[in-house]
Amino acid sequence: MSVIAPNFKLSEFIKSILDNLFWILLIMALIGFPAIQLVLFFIEMPVINGELLTPFLALTWLIDPSRSLPIIKAFMTTDLFRVAAFPGFGFAALIAAGTIFVERKMLAKLQLRVGPFYCGKIEGILQLMGDGLKLISKEIIIPAKADKPLFWAAPVLFVATAAAFVALIPVAPGWVVADVDVGLLAVFAVIGFFPIITILSAWSANSKFPFIGGIRALYQMVSFEIPLILSLLGVVILTGTLNLSEIAASQSSFPWIIFLPIGAIVFFITMLAELERIPFDLPEAESEIVAGWLTEFSGMMYGLVQLGTYLKLYAFAGLFVVLFLGGWSGPMIWPPFPEEIITEGIELGPVTAQFPGLPVFSQEMLNGTVWFVLKTVGVIFFILLPRGVFPRIRVDMLLDLGWKKLIGLAFVNIFIALGLLYAGILGPGGIF
Amino acid sequence: MSSPTLPPGLAIQKADERIMTLNVGPQHPGSGHMRIIVQIDGDYIVACDPDPGYVHRGEEKMAEYRNYVLNIPHLERPVIHDSCNILYPYVLGAEELLGLEVPERAKYIRVIASELNRCVYTQYWLAIYGIFLGHSTMFMWPAGDRELLIDLLEKMTGARVTHSYFVPGGIRNDLPANFEDVCLRQVNYFEKRIKEYADVFYENPILISRTEKTGILSREKAIGLGTTGSVLRASGVDYDVRKKEPYDVYDELDFETNVMKSGDSYARSRIPWLDMMESCRIIRDALQKMPKSGSVRVKLKPNPKGALGSVYKRVESGRGALGCYIISDKKPEPYRVKLSVPSFRNLIALPQLLIGEKLGNMPSVYWSLNYWPVEADR
Repeated sequence: MSVIAPNFKLSEFIKSILDNLFWILLIMALIGFPAIQLVLFFIEMPVINGELLTPFLALTWLIDPSRSLPIIKAFMTTDLFRVAAFPGFGFAALIAAGTIFVERKMLAKLQLRVGPFYCGKIEGILQLMGDGLKLISKEIIIPAKADKPLFWAAPVLFVATAAAFVALIPVAPGWVVADVDVGLLAVFAVIGFFPIITILSAWSANSKFPFIGGIRALYQMVSFEIPLILSLLGVVILTGTLNLSEIAASQSSFPWIIFLPIGAIVFFITMLAELERIPFDLPEAESEIVAGWLTEFSGMMYGLVQLGTYLKLYAFAGLFVVLFLGGWSGPMIWPPFPEEIITEGIELGPVTAQFPGLPVFSQEMLNGTVWFVLKTVGVIFFILLPRGVFPRIRVDMLLDLGWKKLIGLAFVNIFIALGLLYAGILGPGGIF
Repeated sequence: MSSPTLPPGLAIQKADERIMTLNVGPQHPGSGHMRIIVQIDGDYIVACDPDPGYVHRGEEKMAEYRNYVLNIPHLERPVIHDSCNILYPYVLGAEELLGLEVPERAKYIRVIASELNRCVYTQYWLAIYGIFLGHSTMFMWPAGDRELLIDLLEKMTGARVTHSYFVPGGIRNDLPANFEDVCLRQVNYFEKRIKEYADVFYENPILISRTEKTGILSREKAIGLGTTGSVLRASGVDYDVRKKEPYDVYDELDFETNVMKSGDSYARSRIPWLDMMESCRIIRDALQKMPKSGSVRVKLKPNPKGALGSVYKRVESGRGALGCYIISDKKPEPYRVKLSVPSFRNLIALPQLLIGEKLGNMPSVYWSLNYWPVEADR
């Protein structure tokens, strides 16, 4: 067999990075700095060293590293940063993009092929960007007899709901967009929205294949929501709270998966069904109903639905980590910040720079984020893996699995949790 | 009120609000080059009407305007993945009409090429069966392993897919030097690879629960509907043209036919896979028994004229018994060439199998019939 992929060479690898670096710097200079200035214009400016920070002053200070740090730190305490960048949308979208890349490459290795290779020079790392540009540049076609407002609204609503789900996931101690006391109930409420959006888009397309796909999705999501909710009750019984941050904090010594493995397994299987991953991808079964409820979407409308799907995947994996794998807790692996940089500064060539604002993030937060990301990536890997191994199952088998087997197992899990609670081993007032 | 007069073959149907009519194909990922009109009530199929003819090319008519040798390249177009086998009955018939005696070595090489081609076709079919069930690894693995045999056929014939290798009176050219060793090595590795499919596909619990006991074709119905090949053998009928009416040197070779009793989609998908292992056995046996030297083609007169009369020859192709009926009237061109293709015979069973099944079973039952739309249309 002929070899398509050329051999890996270190020199070419470094050269390609340098090539890209030039363009990154150019884009930063042309687009990045004006964009930062625009953002600075809208946020509430702090008073630093007795001076009110104005965008003009901010731009001059950005060039000076020792004075730019307080600005960055002030920006990081704003809600805009939380929603748009770190525990919110930007972070989730970054993990989602990484998921798509890993999924393509891993599946390719499993199936004895190369996968994305040419776009971006380094193992096809820019393929996703290319696909996104292609989708943006495509024409959006809407069926003539479709219910247009609803048809337009469905993809936007899908992404919005997925982003609302992402907002509820705590990443590190104190780092969550919406820290609500009934966090788990809010998660159930958000999950309950997805079938409504699906059937809305399927019905409004006024086409046969999306209609069948929408009905299938409705069946699947509604019948798997019950075991999903029941499988999480064990954790709620043992922790005595619905707040996701407190649930994560309660697992500082051991994760709940040790005591509730059945609940974790049931939740994982229902998660696959809610995410429409193989072997439960019936709503998008291409050999039966073309692309299911996505058939009539074209261009960026399809791209938005895909973005929402992968945000949902990240949020579900994060929820699994928070509830069963201990969230951010883990041994301290992040090195402490050296104090000399603040007090004495570091020498940058001829000048000595002091950084009074450092450290930007605390050591606990960085360590927690590292553990959370590692665990989430592990869970995502196991969500992706069945795609290379299993064929699709049928609707009647799916409903049989959901109603007869998983609900029973979820009740077994609840009884285990109750037994542990009343024996006084775990839970509020327990031995541990 | 009098009903309007309709052209023959058309009928008026009463609309039923519960019934939804789906046009599956020709622009559908799960149909191939044809249309299946399916009527569903909820998730159950209540009526099914296969509608082939989308890729009709008039190969039989074209054969009446070309002489016996020029007919070779275009007659293999209906199923290019199995091009040696679809040409085989035509070449056998033309040899009888032209009165040619084929050399012994050519007969063995024909058998090897035909068995290699059967494997190539079956791998392609299996890849599509895999993706129809949503198993993307089973789409990539057969498509990749197929390359091994395509490389071998390229060494033999010079072309990767449309070989035009069989000619009246033998084969077009002799094997290249050192072919036997390469062939043995590749075929052994190929057999090792296809045995691995059992782990990922044929023993997969989800696959078994999806395809077992669906689309059951009983033994009586299989015979009554005239199905052939793997469909017939999956229903428990031990019929293989290579055994029952041996052509060329199949009676001297050592192989068995695979028969399964259940007649469901699973059996129909498993039989071609087992047949590939038998093909590997035949190839090894033929390589051993083949005369090591000798001519491979008898000299043919330019523009030869066939004797007055007709001839019907059958071979076992990748899909089943494939027949060719040639009428000659002492001219360089045949008077009529009729291809009797297995795909069309197997398609007849489709409406019987699909009624009462769930919509999710449609792709697996449809493709398990070992049907190639282009061949059925000719």
